[in-house]
Amino acid sequence: MLTIENVSAGYGTFQALFGVSLEVRAGEAVAVIGPNGAGKTSLLRVISKVISMTGGHIAMEGQSIDEVPSHQIIELGIAHVPEHRRLFPRLTVEENLRMGAFVASARSRYEERLAFVYELFPRMKERRHQLAGTLSGGEQQMCAIGRGLMSGPKLLLLDEPSAGLAPVIVQQVFDLVRRIRQEGYTVLIVEQNIQQVLKVVDRAYLLEVGRIKMSGPAGDLLANDEVRRAYIGL
Amino acid sequence: MGSSSFLTGTNAFKGVLLAALLTLPLLGFSDYVLHIAISILLWAFVYTSWSIMGRFGLVSLGHGAFLGIGAYGTTMLWNHYGLTPWVGIPISIVLSGILGLLIGLPCFRFKITGHYFALVTLALTEVARLLIVALRDHTGGSLGVTPVGMVSPENPVSFYALQFASKSVWFYIVVGVWLVGLLIWRAVDRSMLRYAMEAISQEEDASASVGINVTRTKLTVTVISAAMTAFGGAVYGQYQQYINPETVSGIAISLQIVFAVIAGGMFVQLGPTVGAVITILLGEGLRLGFGNQFHGLDVTIYGLMLILFIIYMPRGVLGKAIDAFAARTAPPRVQPGE
Amino acid sequence: MEFSLTDPFLWETVIQGLLFGGVLALLSLGLNIIFGVIDVVWICYAELIMLGMYTIFFLYTEYGFPLPVAFAAGIVVVAILGTVLHYLVIRPILHTEPINQLLVTGGVLFFLQGLATMLFSVEFRNLGVSFGSFEAGNMFFPVSRILAFVVSLVAVVGLWVFLKKTYLGTAIRAISQDRDVMPLMGVSPAKIYLVTSALGGGLAGLGACLLVMLYDIHPAIGLTFGPITFMVCVLGGLGNMIGGFIAAFIFAEFIALGGFYAEVEWGYVLAFVFFIVMMFIRPQGILGSRN
Repeated sequence: MLTIENVSAGYGTFQALFGVSLEVRAGEAVAVIGPNGAGKTSLLRVISKVISMTGGHIAMEGQSIDEVPSHQIIELGIAHVPEHRRLFPRLTVEENLRMGAFVASARSRYEERLAFVYELFPRMKERRHQLAGTLSGGEQQMCAIGRGLMSGPKLLLLDEPSAGLAPVIVQQVFDLVRRIRQEGYTVLIVEQNIQQVLKVVDRAYLLEVGRIKMSGPAGDLLANDEVRRAYIGL
Repeated sequence: MGSSSFLTGTNAFKGVLLAALLTLPLLGFSDYVLHIAISILLWAFVYTSWSIMGRFGLVSLGHGAFLGIGAYGTTMLWNHYGLTPWVGIPISIVLSGILGLLIGLPCFRFKITGHYFALVTLALTEVARLLIVALRDHTGGSLGVTPVGMVSPENPVSFYALQFASKSVWFYIVVGVWLVGLLIWRAVDRSMLRYAMEAISQEEDASASVGINVTRTKLTVTVISAAMTAFGGAVYGQYQQYINPETVSGIAISLQIVFAVIAGGMFVQLGPTVGAVITILLGEGLRLGFGNQFHGLDVTIYGLMLILFIIYMPRGVLGKAIDAFAARTAPPRVQPGE
Repeated sequence: MEFSLTDPFLWETVIQGLLFGGVLALLSLGLNIIFGVIDVVWICYAELIMLGMYTIFFLYTEYGFPLPVAFAAGIVVVAILGTVLHYLVIRPILHTEPINQLLVTGGVLFFLQGLATMLFSVEFRNLGVSFGSFEAGNMFFPVSRILAFVVSLVAVVGLWVFLKKTYLGTAIRAISQDRDVMPLMGVSPAKIYLVTSALGGGLAGLGACLLVMLYDIHPAIGLTFGPITFMVCVLGGLGNMIGGFIAAFIFAEFIALGGFYAEVEWGYVLAFVFFIVMMFIRPQGILGSRN
């Protein structure tokens, strides 16, 4: 579904990614794991064109998106749930969800998808008239994921969904991810919580200082000694 | 001051320029030419006064209020109480300084900056203009007022009333006023160098944490600027022998002050002077070229220039020239005074 | 003058103030939305209104268009002007210091005022349309003012519904809260800014429709209405529509009552002094939250 070939990118003079290649197949859940500052967030940002690439190619369903501007990426079926959730704090939950369905193709199915998101996250339905800024961390993550789903994406990009949440809530967030998988979404997730995320995804890539160090089925990485020593602390 | 030395050069060079300026009235120019020269220098002083605070990021749209206090204060004291401008002007200056303090203190304490500071001061200048109009029984309202005249063809000089029939006399007075303005600018520049950087970068919290009293520093420049502007207004009234609320207060004149400074360059000593030269010569040039046939043409061009200046040349004509010169002659270095 | 609550003239004045408040509320609306969304103060806002007034005036008196057509044209022309203003003047310096954006629109103020002087001369012009007066008890109110008041209310409600109920309106509110995340929603911020500018311009155009019925047109009329409009927005909390609405009525009553007990300038003086004092007490505006 998504192919990334030899992509390099950075901010100004700082280069964050060096020739990264990666693939996500339809129906898969793929994780990109690695330490803080490895370039995980940059990888998702380059896919949604928030930052521009300096080299390489990205294709969605065989179609190059190298020249597609950021605000048109969502129309290709890629929804990006950004780091820190980035909800609109002074809009209500429902208005945040409506923003997720802003693109013309999504508006006609707004009611249907809203019902779907409310069914997936009943808590969001309870809170639909509440300002997003007043939600708890876990609820904000639900709202952010819900907002991503409102466009009816083929591919969902999740950036550190567990970051900054209490351990109990982290567990819930991964349950959310599992449920989204069950709904048949293709997911590319970036996480620091390696042990947890590897239990949810099919395959994973290990990213270090902007380069892919290792890749394989999630179980293999979870069992890999090097990964366990360096990142899981065993 | 690496950059200001580019245009003002060494002291000797400055002296030659000043001497040349001082011979102007002796060269037999018409009163019209002298009038233009006086206007340029007088407004250059006012613009310099504004830039004393403007360059620290305190963009006041309210200097019409201070100008108005100077002009109307002095004239009212003279017309109604017979108080000589020699006393009236200092009183007006003090009043203006107090007003600067009154408006500045809460603004700086509550960190009213940027847009908000601009709009609060805009309200202030409108209050000044409206007060002058509302007090029409004393001020003459919108029609303006003339200081009671003490000079006549037989008696062309009145020191007591600070009135002089001769343009040459006014020219020398105004050169003096202008020079005082430049000296104050430089004195503030030198003493405030350290603070200037903090204020310009708006890193208020950072400067406060290294022990700089931000509020007090800002207040000082505000009071100096307000007092100087009032002085400019008073001199303007004495020279023109006529003032009205629109020319010395209100939004129009306040904006004019800001824009002339931007055109010339806010961050260099002679920038406001260059701004005065540009704006006044532009206005007069267009008036001579087209007569009153295209009434409004000067303002149109002026507005267009300002738009282009702010977009393409935010440091002003002189600032740009100095930057270009510095880039050609010297390796880049930090110039805190600029 | 003696103070008496039974004085019919006092009540007439209070109601006149209320009607004027409606006009001020509408005038501030466009400026408010521009500030709230793009974070720019259009100092030349009242000059856009002035050009709208001229558009209406000439279409109606010189070219004989019916008044509603002239009004519609006025709104469209100012909406286009707003878009052009944003595209040509604001956009190039959107990422520089905010005060530059305020000052550059000041340049536009001079430009438009000079242009109007050149094109139309300083002559005062009047639309010459009278809607008569409305009598209630012993009090008289010009119908044009009542009309202006009603239109203001309708516009405020209409804008509220637009911002609250439509995708575009929601996006306009959202972009002021988090600009950078907008592309991920499929929204181009540049486009939203243009739409917002057109909306702000259109509201200025609507203001022009009202003012042209109430006042003479001349190139400097912007200077009369500009400052009070800024004050209304700031007092309400820049970008806060409801706050601006309340502030409009407070100002209007100051001006009306000031004019009733003394001269109208005193009303303005009181209103502006009140504004300055309020800025020190509540710098975030009457309804704003400090942020």
